[in-house]
Amino acid sequence: MNPTTIPPDHLLWEEHLPGGNHWSGRLRRGTALRLTDLQGGANVSALFFNAEQPLERYNMPDTLKSQHTGFLTAGHVCQSDMGRVLCSITGDSLGWHDTWCGVSDAAMVLARYGEKHYQQHRNAMHRNGRDNLLIELAKWGLGARDLVPCVNFFSKVVPDADGVLSHASGHSKVGSHVALRFEMDTLVVLSSAPHPLDANPVYAPADVVLSAYRAAPVAADDTCRTQCPQNGRAFTNTERYCGAAA
Amino acid sequence: MSQLLESPLNPADAVLDQTCLAGDPWMATVRAGQTFRILDLEGNQAVDTLFYSAADAAERYSTADTIARNGQLYLGLGSRLYSNAGRVMLAIVADTCGRHDTLGGACSSESNTVRYAMDKRPMHSCRDSFMHAICHCREAGLLGMGKRDIAPNINFFMNVPVTPEGRLSFEDGISGAGKYVELKAEMDVVVLISNCPQLNNPCNGYNPTPIRLLVWD
Repeated sequence: MNPTTIPPDHLLWEEHLPGGNHWSGRLRRGTALRLTDLQGGANVSALFFNAEQPLERYNMPDTLKSQHTGFLTAGHVCQSDMGRVLCSITGDSLGWHDTWCGVSDAAMVLARYGEKHYQQHRNAMHRNGRDNLLIELAKWGLGARDLVPCVNFFSKVVPDADGVLSHASGHSKVGSHVALRFEMDTLVVLSSAPHPLDANPVYAPADVVLSAYRAAPVAADDTCRTQCPQNGRAFTNTERYCGAAA
Repeated sequence: MSQLLESPLNPADAVLDQTCLAGDPWMATVRAGQTFRILDLEGNQAVDTLFYSAADAAERYSTADTIARNGQLYLGLGSRLYSNAGRVMLAIVADTCGRHDTLGGACSSESNTVRYAMDKRPMHSCRDSFMHAICHCREAGLLGMGKRDIAPNINFFMNVPVTPEGRLSFEDGISGAGKYVELKAEMDVVVLISNCPQLNNPCNGYNPTPIRLLVWD
């Protein structure tokens, strides 16, 4: 467990992301983003792209195999398919964020929670993860071809010995948070719709606060960089790309 | 491991029967209702595989949909392979291996620098084979495919167990000479394979070998 406190003079902006909603934006190298669960039970599906060349994007298998982990927590990094670090997880109050299960889609949300259309329900309408991400991707000229396996922050899904998965309900609490430090200029695309394996029969995605802040410079003994030799080499690749001293 | 089941199909009746050497890509169309077999000729060979709708490459095999909709990390007999549109593309109808990987992805020059050493970059890799296929294969040209279409793949015959604590390990292959997996197509699909050239870990037993690909009507 590694909670994150943001010094007030480092805060850049804060934004409220309602449950079930979507967001995208650019986070520059040297800035950070803390996500905080306001009601408990949040799920934030996240995709990351190199902001100047979005053909480079978060790659789930490369991230998992180089760090020998199936989930993400503090000390891990989100790697691109080009051997670089898009962002580092510098703080985490939870210990497990899902990388496997992707997002819900319209048919899944309709079958599980019933229909709540905008016409009758206005902004309390039901939304789904896939359409949320596609809407934000489209704003940057991206689309279904760019929708790859995401990180599901705040969600925990555990396998048994045969690989059968179960979703851990009640994993994320009020105030649970995770902090990402960006090592490249990164396009961040988020959906706060329910996790596809969430067993809650009620559509009740939690709200999240996004807090962007200036990150402290990456120290030579940074825990993400020194987590394993693989992360050190991924940082070296990133510094070469960014023209930073390695 | 999931249940094993042999196929009644006879290779003499196949409408396609080809060999793909280690380090080569392979691409072909399999029509709805046809059965597609990947055969590990010499054993312990990882076969990095992607599937696309033959009508539109934007609909493709989705690792996350397949894992979440099967509720299962591994593939075996009875597993359904889902597209990113939530449709069943193919189902595993015969399997003599017992487990196939969904999480390991494909090796690349860049990931080799991270996983092993900076000087491993020039070694041949699956993602270079995928790029080669995009540039040369007729199916990729017809579908207008590019790097955006290369998403996380299946590794047939590869064993990447995940512990209940969430730790990932790469174990020696559980495949052997002559083992195979057979899939029935539920829609017209384009198959893209890289017969893995990785020499830095045990996924190919440090000796990449040929595979045989068969299709039956």
